[in-house]
Amino acid sequence: MPSPPPPPDRADAWRGIRRGQRSRPLEWVVERLIFLVSLTAITMVFLIFLFVAREAAPIFLGRVNSAAVLERKAPLSLDELGRLSPEEVRRNLDLTAEEFQRMPPAWIRELALFRHEKHLEETRNADKDAGINTVAWRHLLLPHQWSDYDRPEFIWQPVSTIHKYNIVPLFIGSLKTTLVALLFAVPLALAAAIYVSQLANPRLKEWLKPAIEMLSAVPTVVLGAFALLVVASLLQQAFGLEYRLNALLAGLALGVASIPVVFSIAEDAITSVPRSYYQGALALGASKWRATWQIVVPAALPGLFAAVVLGFGRCLGETMIVLLASGNAAIVSASLVDPARTVTATIAAELGETVVGGHHYRMLFVLGTLLFAITFVSNLAGDLVMHRLKRRLEGAR
Amino acid sequence: MNGRFRRARLDHASLFFTGLTGFSTVLILLILGVLVGFLFIQGGSQLSWRFITGGTDRDMFDPDKAGILPMIVGTAAKVALMTVFVIPVGVITAVYLTEYARSDSSLTRVIRGAVNNLAGVPSIVFGLFGVGFFISFVGGSMDRLIGGAEPVWGKPALLWASLTLAVMTLPVVIVATEEALRAIAPGLREASLALGATRLETIVRIVLPNALPGILTGAILAVGRAAGEVAVILFTGAAYFLRDLPGSLQDKFMDLGYHIYVLSTQSPNIEATRPILFGTVVVLLLLTCTLNLAAILVRARIRRQLRAAH
Repeated sequence: MPSPPPPPDRADAWRGIRRGQRSRPLEWVVERLIFLVSLTAITMVFLIFLFVAREAAPIFLGRVNSAAVLERKAPLSLDELGRLSPEEVRRNLDLTAEEFQRMPPAWIRELALFRHEKHLEETRNADKDAGINTVAWRHLLLPHQWSDYDRPEFIWQPVSTIHKYNIVPLFIGSLKTTLVALLFAVPLALAAAIYVSQLANPRLKEWLKPAIEMLSAVPTVVLGAFALLVVASLLQQAFGLEYRLNALLAGLALGVASIPVVFSIAEDAITSVPRSYYQGALALGASKWRATWQIVVPAALPGLFAAVVLGFGRCLGETMIVLLASGNAAIVSASLVDPARTVTATIAAELGETVVGGHHYRMLFVLGTLLFAITFVSNLAGDLVMHRLKRRLEGAR
Repeated sequence: MNGRFRRARLDHASLFFTGLTGFSTVLILLILGVLVGFLFIQGGSQLSWRFITGGTDRDMFDPDKAGILPMIVGTAAKVALMTVFVIPVGVITAVYLTEYARSDSSLTRVIRGAVNNLAGVPSIVFGLFGVGFFISFVGGSMDRLIGGAEPVWGKPALLWASLTLAVMTLPVVIVATEEALRAIAPGLREASLALGATRLETIVRIVLPNALPGILTGAILAVGRAAGEVAVILFTGAAYFLRDLPGSLQDKFMDLGYHIYVLSTQSPNIEATRPILFGTVVVLLLLTCTLNLAAILVRARIRRQLRAAH
């Protein structure tokens, strides 16, 4: 059966009328301006990618070398000191003239010896790691045998002399909290969407939908603080957890934040299934539930999938909840009750301490670029699925 | 006999699954209720005239002295400035999409795709964008033009935070305005055109005034979203502590949401500062919940209008 032609576009209705009008230069200019302003959204998406990636580009292109340069000047050995004048010895040991005067010669010898040996020991360890360019792709993604560890490990530790930038623990942290959030939020939100759109009586529905969407009015920083100060201890006592702040806690709070997102999209998808499907099933003798579960929900299935994908993007990109409640330890572990450090929380916690243009600063922009790329793809996929579904269902109407 | 048995079993299944989905709905509402209720009970006692109108000049971590006026003023300044930027751009985009563009053209689809995508960009990425684009690029360029030694514009400021928030809330305004524009009866436009008005005159004098409630919804939702947003302003303008209220666009500002973050993580004594924290939470929640409630009510009116129009 051919589908009926789509209703005429509003823009088409204008078109015929416009031809009869005399042209007005000022209006022409204003209409061009309207067109230009409407391109803002496209421009902004483009600029966001451009300027976040611009700061990260030197690392992506391999133009940054973060190999630590050991600038400590080597303390001289005793033999070398013996050849110097007293004034030079004093300067070499960083002593003031007064201190140097008061110190017996034996102490000065001890001090020089101590400094020299400590330095030798430090360099023995540090030299091995110091030459490594820690922002090379190999070190961002693969485990490495650092000199003070027993075995190769994934380490994100951008402090002290050698900044270790392995991004694997951060992505594991993000995926862990997102997984918990989706496991918690998706069943609840989808069930509620089915109930509100199909099973609840219409007068109740008018109230339920905005009430559930009110959950999105709670700022995420409030959810994070609530999880940190109230839920954390309850959860720890209830399950006897080792850590107060962990991926489970952050994931649950994240789930609460993503319920309204998943619910809204799923509800929209189910509502866009033509009522005739449902009525047809009822006419054939199906119960209300059976018509919903076997006819309406399968028809809306791509939309429910889109809801989950968009919920995933939202969870992965959420910052304040995980910053407050996840414990922020960058460790590789499969346990959901271990602390976790996410990509977003890392950017939020560390950007303030970095030198603009330094390798740490650029690494955080690399994380931002990756995050943007992942959410861009998942949003695009979600929107595409939703768009196709609606077109198909409208065609079938 | 067999048929009756099947019907009865199906009804049990119906009852069970209706109950299960209904229970999920109730559970979500329960989470919302417990969350908001707990916070209001905990924080309500801290609310007092002194707390709301007091400055932080005396002691920011002392529950008996601390006030949150600077945070309220900072949050208000941030969203007010954002509204000035986002409303014109959002409304004009929506006007283009509904009144000018053909819905099947590829450009329209790209614009819609961009709007949807902008809505899903993580807020921390907006924060990075604010630093990389507004502060480093725009601000840095302005500083080079001025040529002073000290950075004037190339540092976190109220202006940059508001602009970044405006980019973030652009989709909210576009979607809400579009819905309102579609709700206007086509007859209104046709009548205006029939009386000899041009397309632009019709839009300015007939369409936009009628879409005002929708534009208002968009503005309210955008403000509600931006008021509680912290990740965006972390590096683009929020300050841990300031003695003075923000006086110009170049100033940093204190913010309710950021203050909640500071109190939860950097408080010298988390137990002692708990009342200030929950008090601040209640003020922020009152703000965002009222705004969202208002948006729901205005939107319900538009939906009724939409049903009447078509």
